[in-house]
Amino acid sequence: MSVLVLTLIILVGSYFAGLLGSLTGLGGGVVIIPLLTIGLGVNIHYAIGASLVSVIATSSGSAAAYVKEGITNMRIGMFLEIATTTGALIGAMLSLVIHAPVIAVIFGVILIFSAIMSLRKKDTTVLQNESVWAQKLKLNGSYPTADGEIIKYSVRKVGGGFIMMLFAGVISGLLGIGSGSLKVVAMDSIMRVPFKVSTTTSNFMIGVTAAASAVVYLQRGYIDPALAMPVVIGVLLGALTGSKILVNSNSSGWLRWVFAVIVTILAGQMIYNGLSGKI
Amino acid sequence: MTNTKFKDTDMQAIIGWVLRAGVFVSMLVVFIGGVIYLSRHSTEHIDYHEFKGVPDFVHTLPGIFHGILAGRGRAIIQAGIILLIATPVVRIIFSAVGFMIEKDYLYVGITLLVLLIIISAILTGHGG
Repeated sequence: MSVLVLTLIILVGSYFAGLLGSLTGLGGGVVIIPLLTIGLGVNIHYAIGASLVSVIATSSGSAAAYVKEGITNMRIGMFLEIATTTGALIGAMLSLVIHAPVIAVIFGVILIFSAIMSLRKKDTTVLQNESVWAQKLKLNGSYPTADGEIIKYSVRKVGGGFIMMLFAGVISGLLGIGSGSLKVVAMDSIMRVPFKVSTTTSNFMIGVTAAASAVVYLQRGYIDPALAMPVVIGVLLGALTGSKILVNSNSSGWLRWVFAVIVTILAGQMIYNGLSGKI
Repeated sequence: MTNTKFKDTDMQAIIGWVLRAGVFVSMLVVFIGGVIYLSRHSTEHIDYHEFKGVPDFVHTLPGIFHGILAGRGRAIIQAGIILLIATPVVRIIFSAVGFMIEKDYLYVGITLLVLLIIISAILTGHGG
């Protein structure tokens, strides 16, 4: 394929990957990697490198908007970044030694998990308890609602959340995705951070986590500029479109189911290709 | 307490600005590099099936620097990508300064620890 044709195909594909990732809340990485590897026969290491770069762009771009609204809890983010960056570093190192088919299978499993997570009901209860560690680390906070009301919240199980974040970081570094769904598990289900806060804080953390593994990939020659260029531009534009759509409509239940099915099919293909050694 | 709160929101505004500017500038550089690259290489054939690493002029910092001076598209794209990767790192540095102004030394320490982990990633990236 000529450079121009391939670049245009990747650009358009990345746009839809960014759009889909933004509408589902899964992030662009989970869609772009199957597209590049299965769809276009790109080596998974190049695909991971390009995806990581796009993850940094979308995370930083949307975090900029959220952080101004004062919903992001920067102390929770900063504290848990110790775990995610350490994990990301380990993940990037592992990625250099683990064979491509194994990476593909792990990717598929995480993808299915993320799809299921995107369908679950959001728990909106706000916790008011006294965790010693949360107090010592000043993790309890407050956020403004749409009506300008200030809601105070506290968090629990700081250690458990930290360990889960370490795992999220490893997966992010290994697979070149934001692993937002795992970050939300750590904050929502374990630490009981309110949904609005955990989503924006997770987004805030993804850029730093990805940067930690991206520097390793960059130095190892996994980030090919000619490939990363259409991916990062396409995914970012797609994510911007997605956030505009989300503001104007409450994404309906059936739409999320359609996305979850698409993502599960992609996951199945990654696992199949991995197991049959086609990747 | 109200004073701290005020500084927290100040810090958030600055960090939001840093992130926005970083993404905008790096995307602009990537786009310019992309246009130059496509204008020169659009009809060539390319295949990413085999992993071969990347050529020197987009791999090492001196290589990228010389590539930019020579007006090579891919070197310019790579410089944009490095700026993009640097954006969250610069955000961490701003956070450290912000916590310092708030005299929240626990979080100055935590922030510097995260920075240290990323620096160790930069230093160990070549080895091993």
